[in-house]
Amino acid sequence: MTSADFSTVLPELVLAIFSLGALMFGVYTSKDKVAPLITWATAGLFLALALYIGAGGEGARSAFHGMFVDDPFARFAKVTILISAAAVLIMSQDYMIRHDLLRFEYPVLVSLSVIGMMMMVSAGDLMALYMGLELQSLALYVVASLRRDSVKSTEAGLKYFVLGALSSGLLLYGASLVYGFAGTTLFSGILSTLGEGVPLGLLFGLVFMLAGLAFKVSAAPFHMWTPDVYEGAPTPVTAFFATAPKVAAMALMARLAYDAFGAIPADWSQVLAALAVVSMFLGAVAAIGQRDIKRLMAYSSIAHMGYALVGLASGTAQGVQAMLVYMAIYVTMNVGTFAFILSMERDGRPVSSIDSLNMFSKKEPLKALAMLFLMFSLAGVPPMLGFFGKLYVLKAAVDADMAWLALAGAVASVIGAFYYLRIVFYMYFGKETEGVESRMAPAQWAVFVAVAVIMLVGIVNLFGINPAAAIAAEALVR
Amino acid sequence: MNNLLSIITFIPAVAAAILALFLRGDDPAAQRNAKWLALLATSATFLVSLFVLAGFDPADTGFQFVEEYDWILGLKYKLGVDGISVLFVMLTTFLMPITIAACWGVETRVKEYMIAFLMLETLMLGVFCALDMVLFYVFFEAGLIPMFLIIGIWGGKERIYAAFKFFLYTFLGSVLMLVAMIAMYADAGTTDIPQLLAHSFGSDDMTVAGFHIVGGLQTLLFLAFFASFAVKMPMWPVHTWLPDAHVQAPTAGSVVLAAILLKMGGYGFLRFSLPMFPVASDLLAPLVFWMSAIAIVYTSLVALAQQDMKKLIAYSSVAHMGYVTMGIFAANQQGVEGAIFQMLSHGFISGALFLCVGVIYDRMHTREIDAYGGLVNRMPAYAMIFMFFTMANVGLPGTSGFIGEFLTLMGIFQVNTWVAAVATTGVILSAAYALWLYRRVVMGALVKEALKSITDMTRREKAIFAPLVVMTLLLGVYPSLVTDVTGPSVAALITDYQAALPVADATQLASQ
Repeated sequence: MTSADFSTVLPELVLAIFSLGALMFGVYTSKDKVAPLITWATAGLFLALALYIGAGGEGARSAFHGMFVDDPFARFAKVTILISAAAVLIMSQDYMIRHDLLRFEYPVLVSLSVIGMMMMVSAGDLMALYMGLELQSLALYVVASLRRDSVKSTEAGLKYFVLGALSSGLLLYGASLVYGFAGTTLFSGILSTLGEGVPLGLLFGLVFMLAGLAFKVSAAPFHMWTPDVYEGAPTPVTAFFATAPKVAAMALMARLAYDAFGAIPADWSQVLAALAVVSMFLGAVAAIGQRDIKRLMAYSSIAHMGYALVGLASGTAQGVQAMLVYMAIYVTMNVGTFAFILSMERDGRPVSSIDSLNMFSKKEPLKALAMLFLMFSLAGVPPMLGFFGKLYVLKAAVDADMAWLALAGAVASVIGAFYYLRIVFYMYFGKETEGVESRMAPAQWAVFVAVAVIMLVGIVNLFGINPAAAIAAEALVR
Repeated sequence: MNNLLSIITFIPAVAAAILALFLRGDDPAAQRNAKWLALLATSATFLVSLFVLAGFDPADTGFQFVEEYDWILGLKYKLGVDGISVLFVMLTTFLMPITIAACWGVETRVKEYMIAFLMLETLMLGVFCALDMVLFYVFFEAGLIPMFLIIGIWGGKERIYAAFKFFLYTFLGSVLMLVAMIAMYADAGTTDIPQLLAHSFGSDDMTVAGFHIVGGLQTLLFLAFFASFAVKMPMWPVHTWLPDAHVQAPTAGSVVLAAILLKMGGYGFLRFSLPMFPVASDLLAPLVFWMSAIAIVYTSLVALAQQDMKKLIAYSSVAHMGYVTMGIFAANQQGVEGAIFQMLSHGFISGALFLCVGVIYDRMHTREIDAYGGLVNRMPAYAMIFMFFTMANVGLPGTSGFIGEFLTLMGIFQVNTWVAAVATTGVILSAAYALWLYRRVVMGALVKEALKSITDMTRREKAIFAPLVVMTLLLGVYPSLVTDVTGPSVAALITDYQAALPVADATQLASQ
């Protein structure tokens, strides 16, 4: 291990030391009383690291003989992950205190899982990939069952763990096949093996690995855990599940597809296209019957993953760029929406049924309007930002001669628009019943309103993330 | 002043943002401020748009006031107007201050109401100015959101049903259009409207899933666009959302809907369907003709049977839009110019008629025809104005309604005599329902107790109608005001259209 290696993994290292230190600090001081402090410190560190990664460094470096890659693609994904994780931590703090959930382990586990995600997006080797993935997943299994005395939360954690283990098994099986046929675990080695011919075993390995990753991004037909886990887990945890891990897993998928299997795009592209179509339609159709907003958001994220996969399935640099932009927009929308869901309560107890939003607009016009922006954006109705995300991936698909995929995406978006519209319907035109109250801490309110404003203002220039995504995509697709 | 179109498009949006951000409270003072700011912004938009009209060179058939910037994701922000769209821009800017003035009486959620209308104006202007397909779609679609809210929040009893019907009908149509746009982008490799106008889309027959499709890609694209524009227009048989939406919408909402939003459909036909898919348009024109003819006769008959004034006028709108579609697809100078003229004139007349209903609705809170009668005794000024617009709606020579109907009928007569004959009966039917409505509401003895104390129009109400009366008369006696502007652009459109047709068709058309 040289000093150059160290400087490459500096952000991960800092975060690892911080989380272990925070753990010790929590254990040896007054435990949960310092939890708010640790939460703020973690969020602050996330933002500082995002700034450091985003501002520093150009070009690509690798460490540990190619196991860890630091390139613009990884940096883009890391910044997205860090910022969204920080936003989720900040906005859920108040909820966790009020519902007696804030344990000092929570921010520590979140930062451990973020380290895992940063490893994932930087993986240059099957071992690194697996280590990152497991670190992330193990931390997430624990936070899913954070509410120990609740049957649902425990069930969510267990379900997530069992199915997650299954997917890890699939992934490992695929990885071992790939290793067996390629003779190396390095992505670059796999790529050069493919240059000499494509053994059937490698293809099997690829499909298994993609299936394992599809579990993680909750793409249909590997989505079954998503609604239950989203519903059962405490809402702040759900908000976290819906954002950063999705970006990490999607980036890892792109990384694997291009860095290791970039020589055979046609082979994985059809798998991804099939996943995309099934996800888009399943997400759109299955959400129609949902009455619980958290379950609805689960199906919504399945559908959104479908659209991101459309970008990836295009197999072009433009497609990767579109996918990155889409994920950034998706994460932003979800942070905002969950900031609102977190605030929904009645008599001090959290509620998540959609009916409870009846005539919400009368009670809180501003919040209802912000939510309206978010819902139309999630539905992909212009002029909201969500529309442009969708348009961009569909355009990438058309440019890659996959117009049928774009058509499927457009049709699924109409079906999907229905259930978002229903939320707007309840908020604005519902019957007056005993409604929901919405309590927001100032930070949470700020996140919520800021995101809603971004949905409209972002269409001016997307805050410049598109050029960054272009550089990232260039780095990945060579 | 290269950004003139952007300026007029976004003045209302800026005013809406100011209202949203800085206006606090819902007391009468705040409400008054909201109304005044909205009126000021829409009037300013109108004044600035006069510069566009003044600087517009009718002889130039290309796009003018073009502004083009790179936008996000490889898209372009491109605006511009030609002889076809410039008058729609003017129509919008002209009618919006009147609309705002007409909703002075609104008292619930005034701030939001004004914001919705201001946003709507921005989006409508955007539709008429956009020179990029995606930008057009964005404006076209986004207009649904404020209108959905206007109907849903400030509408009548059945407003929720109407709002959803409105949204789903138009959204379904629009998504087909989006699919077609994706296909067009795949085919032409650009979303720039002037370039798409120059691109010729494939028209060779093809087979899709076992169906033999005459006209190939063009027919498919045409149908997808048709689904969207026909719903917006609305054409028979997809017009059923309109009466519901109108009846439930507040007065100002109805005015905007009838006077401007419906024109987006007709504008879309002129901007996309006719010039971009000439072969398919030629092929499917008979279908459109007969749909229009049925619309004119059928909806006029339906209008005769209505008990609700707004519903009656809504059906009459559908009939009048029938002339428009007929004229557009007649694809000759008179037909297309007549269609544009008819749309503008309908904008003034139907807007005024909905305002007329609004005047007595504000007083009596009912739109039932039977609840009225003999208004002339108490409201002479109102009777006068209502008479004027009833006559304009019927198409009395001297009013703008006559010119539009006459030109479109003349256009269609050269192409399809039978359709022209059927459509002409609509003129008689429209006289029947409009005059009968007038007789039942205004004439006769004033016998109803409730009406005995009704008051005539206030000065504000008269002021609202004055510009509409002037425009209706002016266009009626001096139609060249419009045709001088549209003429060259329409002529260029027709020339390109005929040049794009297969040779046999073109000669046949010329011989007619």
